Amino acid sequence: MNFHLKVWRQDSPNDAGSFKSYEAVNIPAEASFLEMLDIVNEGLVNTSIEPIEFDSDCREGICGMCSLTINGIPHGPGRGTTCQLYMRKFRDGDSITIEPFRVGAFPMVKDLATDRGAFDRIIVAGGFITERAGSAPDANAMLIPKGIADEAMDAAACIGCGACAAACPNSSAMLFVSAKVGHLGLLPQGKPEQKRRVVSMVNQMDSEGFGNCSNFYECEAVCPAGIPVSFIARMNRQYTAASFEKSAGITE
Amino acid sequence: MTLDSKIPAGPLEQKWTSFKNTAKLINPANKRKFELIVVGSGLAGSSAASTLAAQGFNIKCFCYQDSPRRAHSIAAQGGINAAKNYQNDGDSTYRLFYDTIKGGDFRSREANVYRLAEVSASIIDECAAQGVPFAREYGGQLANRSFGGAQVSRTFYARGQTGQQLLIGAYSALSAQIARKQVKMFPRTEMLDLVLVDGHAKGIVVRDMVTGEISTHSADAVLLCTGGYGNAFYLSTNARGCNVTATYRAHRRGALFANPCYTQIHPTCIPVSGDYQSKLTLMSESLRNDGRVWVPKRKEDCSKAPHEVAEEDRDYYLERKYLSYGNLAPRDIASRAAKQVCDEGRGVGPGGRGVYLDFAEAIKRHGQHTVEERYGNLFEMYSNITGENAYERPMRIYPAVHYTMGGLWVDYHLMSNLPGLFVLGEANFSDHGANRLGASALMQGLADGYFVIPYTIGEYLSTQFGKKSAAEAPEFAEAKDKVKKQVQQLIDIKGLRSPDSFHREIGLLLWNYCGMDRTSAGLKEALEKIPTIRQDFWKNVRVMGRNESLNQSLEHAGRVADYIDFAELMCMDALQRNESCGGHFRSEYQTDEGEALRNDDEYMYVSAWKHEGEGNLPTLVKESLNYEFVKPATRSYK
Repeated sequence: MNFHLKVWRQDSPNDAGSFKSYEAVNIPAEASFLEMLDIVNEGLVNTSIEPIEFDSDCREGICGMCSLTINGIPHGPGRGTTCQLYMRKFRDGDSITIEPFRVGAFPMVKDLATDRGAFDRIIVAGGFITERAGSAPDANAMLIPKGIADEAMDAAACIGCGACAAACPNSSAMLFVSAKVGHLGLLPQGKPEQKRRVVSMVNQMDSEGFGNCSNFYECEAVCPAGIPVSFIARMNRQYTAASFEKSAGITE
Repeated sequence: MTLDSKIPAGPLEQKWTSFKNTAKLINPANKRKFELIVVGSGLAGSSAASTLAAQGFNIKCFCYQDSPRRAHSIAAQGGINAAKNYQNDGDSTYRLFYDTIKGGDFRSREANVYRLAEVSASIIDECAAQGVPFAREYGGQLANRSFGGAQVSRTFYARGQTGQQLLIGAYSALSAQIARKQVKMFPRTEMLDLVLVDGHAKGIVVRDMVTGEISTHSADAVLLCTGGYGNAFYLSTNARGCNVTATYRAHRRGALFANPCYTQIHPTCIPVSGDYQSKLTLMSESLRNDGRVWVPKRKEDCSKAPHEVAEEDRDYYLERKYLSYGNLAPRDIASRAAKQVCDEGRGVGPGGRGVYLDFAEAIKRHGQHTVEERYGNLFEMYSNITGENAYERPMRIYPAVHYTMGGLWVDYHLMSNLPGLFVLGEANFSDHGANRLGASALMQGLADGYFVIPYTIGEYLSTQFGKKSAAEAPEFAEAKDKVKKQVQQLIDIKGLRSPDSFHREIGLLLWNYCGMDRTSAGLKEALEKIPTIRQDFWKNVRVMGRNESLNQSLEHAGRVADYIDFAELMCMDALQRNESCGGHFRSEYQTDEGEALRNDDEYMYVSAWKHEGEGNLPTLVKESLNYEFVKPATRSYK
């Protein structure tokens, strides 16, 4: 298969950046999208052009490192990560536009790679249960109904790729934040810190420069882990209650 | 050189307890004075960094990914073993210990494996307390599943994403310590050398992968938690970035590399379909519960569509050879059997390297709905990658490199032969012998980080008060200079071939000569070819771009240089071990029935290799394995 690529090239964060055209020729239909780029890069090196930098690691859809916007859609057509997109999904001769995830809070690194450290800082703000190794009670001492455990798992499946923010017209990270708030807050062991957690994570999200949710639901449509937007509604309720209590001076 | 494994005396069940009772402690006020470097943020790295930080040590943690949450532990699917005996089905610490040591074909240390089994139950408690959403029963208790190599149900799981959930748990514990400023995190930073001061590991040299800045970091001790070396083979189930550089460069500084030839080839992966491929994808072992493995009896039938091959013309070779285990034969055995039938010319699919995993009978027996319920996500993944519908046509599978049991040599304290250098998780060699059982890798990574290193590191640190080396010491400048020179050298070669092409070449060589079966002649041939590849690499590699920016081609070139050198070590190790055991199968040493033939009289030892300087052959140091409590037996699955 052959494709015409328009690829975003940007040498450094301060460089203006622009689209460059490349031909992808003789691509096997079984190749993944990233393997197609590997082949293109091999060709670029052979003609002494700097290869296109893009992030990827596990290449099986779970690490969340790959992050391309393909024809305007984060991770491209179909649900799943960029690395799980296969070239047979395209037609021979297609033109394909490839850009980084464009989010103000994800500064450019180079070409298609961005810095998603903001997500780590949001987790550092409270996305954990304070617990000391060695102090845990027997795992079966705390019974958790299967339904609750399953719902917590639905939220915990988030891979932290950032497609939600890239798809959102407001560059909001609400789906990411609400997934973590939902995962930990549903479980009994996460409840003691839940109010503090939701307030500090949302505040960190705001200070990183992510926008607010205005119910476009674009995030849910592109999320490779299938996180539903209902977690955002749940977080909004908890945030409102917790921040009111905080401003009223009510402590846990 | 002799190796002291520092195994505590006494009965097997008492060793860890008696060690803990007498281990050196560091008081809380003194912990603050120590700084530790942790390289890698997978299960071993994150758990060690967070636990030591919670105790008051100052930690610097490094990872090559853009976030510690992306380490490749995240890709583990099946589960984590623990001797909880929640099922009341006869499990115990001793049974988990015995299954693991037998699964490793009696090539690991009794005391280490027993300790692993002993702390396994605490890992589950710890993870549940962190909020890991393990699968549960309707009554709210934790659920279990069974796994290979065991007759009890002791595997805990979180859907097909156990590794992800355990890593997110460890990452959140790490994040809590970053919030307390006890851990300083350095993502997108790659370790390129180890710094020794007076023979002690006191720091590392790293490259900032975004700016290219090469800098040094000093500490009181260094913990390598950098995973395995499966990517030496190029195609493996590892992530793109997994590499041997940290451990290999520590080896070049004097750390012994143990059992490099012990590699695990997983039987159920999606076969290679072309030379464009960047990795191989695992299909969970659980599929072999309902799938039947077969190839055509006659070569002529291999090009036919599977439904055109009549039932009587099919060879269900696992069922034929292993009556009692059938399609559930252990990993090393199932992998070799697949290779054998393909070597006979009876493989299916492109290049004849594949066997069928057929669900037709299961679908007939249970209905498609049940099969969908059990394995739906795997069938979807398979169809996504291959474009084939496995409900209508059998899957094609083939073995692929998955895990490496070998690693840097460590004693009972997880310290290498270099004082101050600790090695945890897949990066060390200590617990899995010649073959690892399913659901044990997660267990070992977390055991090392949460429950072993916090107790053992004090033995070393208690001798190191006030001995921290300043980053200005000449040893740091020397190491930094060496790294800078190598980086520049790679850029300056400006040859004709990409780093990737060399990686494929060395990987294919290893796969052909040091893969699923090995021969003395083949290994010797590989050892003759490797120096030529190395020479060509240093003359002919082409690295585009500059050091001072993100440059994946440069990163890759440095790793490939290490794979080439490391390949030599693997082949030498495989050549000296004149026996077959676990994942190491030497064709010359097999039973009449084609099974692995161990030689306990001569090879009951750990082979630890010592680097002897550039251009010289490494020397072999042996640590003999003394089985005091278990009698090594022949593994049989007939």
